[in-house]
Amino acid sequence: MPRRGLEETPDMLNRRAFLRDGAFALVSLGFAPSFLQRTVAAAGPRSRDKRLIAIFQRGAVDGLSVIVPYGEAEYHRLRPTIALGRPRTTADGVLDMDGFFGFNPRLSPLAPIWRRGDLAVVHACGSPDSTRSHFDAQDYMETATPGVKSTPDGWLNRYLQVRHAERESAFRAVALTPQMPRMLQGRASAVAMSQIAQFGLRSESMNEGFEAQYAAAADRVLNGTGREAFDAMKTLKSADPSRYQPENGAAYPQSAFGQALKQIAQLSKADVGLEVAFAELGGWDTHVNQGSSQG
Amino acid sequence: MLAIALASAGVIHPGAAGKDPDSNVALHVLNRVTFGPRPGDLARIQQLGVDRFIDQQLHPERIDDSEVTRRLDGFQTLHLSSSDIAQRYEIPALQERRERQRQQTAAGKPADPPSPPDAAMDPERQRANLPMIELAEQKIVRAVYSDRQLQEVLTDFWFNHFNVDARKGPARYMLTEYERDVIRPHVLGHFRDLLGATAKSPAMLFYLDNWMSADPKGPHLDRARPGMRRFGTGSGQARAGRPLPSAPANPQQARRPMGLNENYGRELLELHTLGVDGGYTQKDVTEVARAFTGWTIENPRRGGGFRFAPALHDDGEKVVLGHRIKAGGGERDGEDVLDIIAAQPSTARFISTKLARRFVSDNPPDALVNQMASTFRKTDGDLRAVMTVLLTSKEFLSPEVERVKIKNPFEFVVSSLRATGASIEDARPLVRAMQQLGMPLYQCQPPTGYKDSADTWVNTGALVNRMNVALTLTSGRTPGVTVPVTTDPATLVGGNVSDTTRSTIAKAQSGPQAMALALGSPEFQRR
Repeated sequence: MPRRGLEETPDMLNRRAFLRDGAFALVSLGFAPSFLQRTVAAAGPRSRDKRLIAIFQRGAVDGLSVIVPYGEAEYHRLRPTIALGRPRTTADGVLDMDGFFGFNPRLSPLAPIWRRGDLAVVHACGSPDSTRSHFDAQDYMETATPGVKSTPDGWLNRYLQVRHAERESAFRAVALTPQMPRMLQGRASAVAMSQIAQFGLRSESMNEGFEAQYAAAADRVLNGTGREAFDAMKTLKSADPSRYQPENGAAYPQSAFGQALKQIAQLSKADVGLEVAFAELGGWDTHVNQGSSQG
Repeated sequence: MLAIALASAGVIHPGAAGKDPDSNVALHVLNRVTFGPRPGDLARIQQLGVDRFIDQQLHPERIDDSEVTRRLDGFQTLHLSSSDIAQRYEIPALQERRERQRQQTAAGKPADPPSPPDAAMDPERQRANLPMIELAEQKIVRAVYSDRQLQEVLTDFWFNHFNVDARKGPARYMLTEYERDVIRPHVLGHFRDLLGATAKSPAMLFYLDNWMSADPKGPHLDRARPGMRRFGTGSGQARAGRPLPSAPANPQQARRPMGLNENYGRELLELHTLGVDGGYTQKDVTEVARAFTGWTIENPRRGGGFRFAPALHDDGEKVVLGHRIKAGGGERDGEDVLDIIAAQPSTARFISTKLARRFVSDNPPDALVNQMASTFRKTDGDLRAVMTVLLTSKEFLSPEVERVKIKNPFEFVVSSLRATGASIEDARPLVRAMQQLGMPLYQCQPPTGYKDSADTWVNTGALVNRMNVALTLTSGRTPGVTVPVTTDPATLVGGNVSDTTRSTIAKAQSGPQAMALALGSPEFQRR
């Protein structure tokens, strides 16, 4: 059965383990993970083109426990039990950012990036639609059309549709997920794969036969797409992204999400024309059993 | 178009069909009316006659379907009501989880215990998932083995038209009943009956939020209403891990007024009936939504049925598409709306276009759509009459539309299984293959359903995946599925085969590889 969709995953665990490991990314609030920043920054002149890495933390994080408005008296009055302490007042006090906002202490790895000025936070921004359904709320986040369910494509795909392609590449947009996320569904072509190595035929001896069939096909659509597919397989094989190993001390967690990020970095370095990448992490659903500094 | 292109390139070769125009027509009919020809089907339809075959398929009740009944014998949940499924599968799993959490909390452990890495093996979860697993399996088994093929094609079509995603909260245990009792019985009945059945189905009421839509001025505002709670999580992943909600955790939520929810009203007009250009306004959407206030679910957490709740209903006058619905109509308001919109010419046209797109071509000929729409109107939406017009039309039987449709992933997988005469002992690996192919069964997120056009399904990643599914299937690496070796693999393609495809198949190193090359070929991606 469609396992991922229908079973609960141990996602609260994922989230906690991920916080504990200190590797943390929150694009919806403007974060990029430190190890990814380091690897991308170190990738050299090949990688000057800007890339957008969209990370969807599925669920609903409480932004006030991530970036805490500790300087606001109302915050403490309205959250008598789950408010985080002011900086340096308690063991779980926030890490000051600007005298008013502070990081959740579990986000300490981000503090130096913030101090360097390489991090921006867009606070208190979310969907204006007040649906009680997390399903619909996430759907709206991905289509970026709150309140309109029938939007056929996702915002990231629409971005690709209007953005000038830097070059023709099957790997212009890649989701490191088993299925194409709603965000990336649409007219612009994109590839979804949970492992880079999956983009290829399971039996390489079959490449020649299939490639010949599609190259000779009178069917224009399948002929064109077939050629692209085999070109892409060759590109990926010769670029061999797996030969790029983390540099600058980056240690990717072994979780599916950590490995997705690692592969995004590898695709970046392999210079296969990546412009947009997508990864996701479940478990950002904090309204039940919500704590404060432990999430 | 393909046939013409091949002819001009001078590469037409007799495959299973050959140059015999009759066999090409027969194959075309099998490709569209069924999920693809099985070994022997071509001979059978030619012996019977294409016209008689079509007539037979239009009357599924006359076709013996005991083979598929037998194959579905061992399934435990297909005959259960939503309420039984909730009682036997959903609620026990949730209670067990709640109890475990309670004990762990009492023992001072974290509320969310580490789960085993292989969560799929958690028996509690497996049990709760059984209804959805079986539902997806039966879809494949029916599509492959049922002799009532048109009924299965149409059940797929109409479920997709009235799409509900299993991942939205309790919808997942409502879908067995939804497909079985709401969709399948009506696919060759009257459109109004099908529409009415979906409108009152808990699955649709839940999926498009109508169950919680209320007259904002109504008397219900100060009442705590059982079952009206915050539901589920987005991807459906964390939902079952939580205890059954008792009361809203946040007092603000408890006081939050119930409002008018227009989601069902909007999709009803845009997707189910009139179509986006069907001539309605936002005002109509609001009026329709007002008419449906109070159409709710008895107890959504427990698989309850439709209930009309007068306290939620806006009993004022409504005007829908210029038709006045008098004040005080109560539950009847919704039925009046369905009567009005089912009779609109744009509905006849929208439904006819969509059916013609499925059976004829991505851009179906106007003349055919007009003829179907006119029959739709004359017969008050008799879908069998509309389908008869479609399947006996010259546009449908024209050689020009042979193989112009790209198979969607489901059609690709099922037609592969049928072409090879595969024997399915366990359909779960096939259900997983549908995920890999980007078309997870019963999990299409938007209410639009999956799109029925070539551009949706043709892209580099999708083609690679299809070739891989062909390889896995024919090499015996799909556990639970046995694919017998075919003596003449080029016949699997069904119909004309290009020189190149034929020669790559001939040069294959083994029987299974030759079969993979047939199923993964460009020709086989079309129907």
